[in-house]
Amino acid sequence: MSRDLSPRTKLVLYGVLMVLAIPFVFPTWWMVTSSLKPVADIFSFPPQLWPTDPRLEAYQRVFELQPFGRQYLNSVYIALVVTVGTLAVAALAGYAFARIRFRGQNVLFLVVLAGLLIPSEVTIVPLFQMFFKLGLIDTHWPLVLVPIFGAPSVLATFIMRQFFIALPGELEEAARVDGLGRFATFWKIALPLSRPALGAVAIFTFLHSWNLYLEPIVFLSSPEKFTLPQALTQFVDAYGGPMWNVQLAAASMTALPVLAVFVIAQKQFVEGLAHTGLKG
Amino acid sequence: MSATDTRTGPVATTGPAPGRPRRPWWTGRRRDQLVGYLFVTPQLLGSVVFVILPLVLVVWYSLHEWNVLAGTFDYVGGDNYAQLAEDTNLGGVLKATGLFSVGLVVFNLALALLLAVLLNQKLRGSIVFRTLFFSPVVVSLVAWTIVWGFLLQDNGGINGLLDTIGVDGPNWLRGENTAMLSVVVVQVFKNVGLNMVLFLAALQGVPGELYEAAEVDGASRMRQFWRITVPLISPTIMLTSIITVVGSLQVFAQIAVLTQGGPGTSTTVLVYYLYQQAFQFHHFGYGATLSIVLFAIVLALTVLQWQMRKRWVFHES
Repeated sequence: MSRDLSPRTKLVLYGVLMVLAIPFVFPTWWMVTSSLKPVADIFSFPPQLWPTDPRLEAYQRVFELQPFGRQYLNSVYIALVVTVGTLAVAALAGYAFARIRFRGQNVLFLVVLAGLLIPSEVTIVPLFQMFFKLGLIDTHWPLVLVPIFGAPSVLATFIMRQFFIALPGELEEAARVDGLGRFATFWKIALPLSRPALGAVAIFTFLHSWNLYLEPIVFLSSPEKFTLPQALTQFVDAYGGPMWNVQLAAASMTALPVLAVFVIAQKQFVEGLAHTGLKG
Repeated sequence: MSATDTRTGPVATTGPAPGRPRRPWWTGRRRDQLVGYLFVTPQLLGSVVFVILPLVLVVWYSLHEWNVLAGTFDYVGGDNYAQLAEDTNLGGVLKATGLFSVGLVVFNLALALLLAVLLNQKLRGSIVFRTLFFSPVVVSLVAWTIVWGFLLQDNGGINGLLDTIGVDGPNWLRGENTAMLSVVVVQVFKNVGLNMVLFLAALQGVPGELYEAAEVDGASRMRQFWRITVPLISPTIMLTSIITVVGSLQVFAQIAVLTQGGPGTSTTVLVYYLYQQAFQFHHFGYGATLSIVLFAIVLALTVLQWQMRKRWVFHES
């Protein structure tokens, strides 16, 4: 499709791309600049594209109104535990389904694949009931256990399996001739080779956990246990109306670090996704 | 099995039947099988406990009604299903669910394909634009939704900008049609980057000679797009539409933050309704019944798409 373009066409293309970029970029810009505005300027007309009187007051309020540092920590550690756990579960299962022959393999794979057909929203009522019976409501256990072992990890297992299937078998055979056992072959040969797939799975598992909203509001009730998405919606005044600048300050602190990591590592993000099984 | 035979060799010579060596039960092959079972156990147990069991329970629960606080749990037979048939909200909920899914899939795929085609041109700096279009994917979903909620207020940024060019914008989140449109648009810009990247990878796989040949035959750009590009990337169109449709049925945070299902039931999609019934009104049994409806829809759409895939997709890679 890539053909040389005339300078005129190029100019038009740049123009179109820039206009199209507005709805992708402007909200983030507006979030950060508005969080720096005093309340009086938040809805000023005409809209202030650049804050005339920037201040950090709203950022201070975020920590006064909610245990925001704690909530930040909750989201970070839950997402990290879920990511590491999912990688372990999915790499092991994906490898076994792709590379090891064992009786009942296909049936067991189908049982696991059922998770792809059953969105976690379908099972939220029984999951709530199960964790309620175990006395684990208002703890982080459901937010850690269900993603690592339940439906969300099935996609990861599927991606890992697709990757391991495509891996040339000679390397493994050579390792086995050298006397490496199955686990050593997996750990020393297959796993290092699967770094691109692991990277893509890690990124999307982290983002999935980081974005989770239904599960936290169903399972958690005390503010110091909240995760970030849940905390963001708590900055309301006595009448239930949102305190916009405080909410936007909290939203900025939630969004910007991940955005920064993305800009630095955008190649891994974008290409990892495109070249990992998902390509179809 | 030659490795096994050599290992049993010395043992066999001492046995009573020297002609046929007895194989030990514990062979390398069995050990390998055991490793296989051990490797899949965490995922398998997890699937049984957190996916299959809850799915069975959801059916069982749909035949009950209970109160967590009072500690009651009563068998009510088909009552929840009778309620489903009489629920005057259900029509509106299903309509909102359908509108959202169709709107999302159409806008998302069309925009994703447009962006991918634009980025696939020989253009300096297209990586910068790719990064910009993809960036909302990594912005926290609720943060993204809050900013759009802020922008879409009656006196918010969008109407402010419209005002400066003399247009009086509507109260986006409070009008029946504009509320649904807003929710769809917010979601499209959030995740269109994912499909764009998948389309871009597919476009880069289309061999350039095909276009050269078409050029020689005098086919227009438009004709080339519909006759060459679309058929060749149809497996990706199929894949992205499956991902997007299933994803559209799971939308929740956007509704909860932007419209709370309103005005009326105009944006009450099935998952949000399920949440309201089970966790706000504590009708857990009815919530379970609605879960079954959701599952049935997901299942039906998956089967339908599987059928279409056979007929519609040009080739399978």
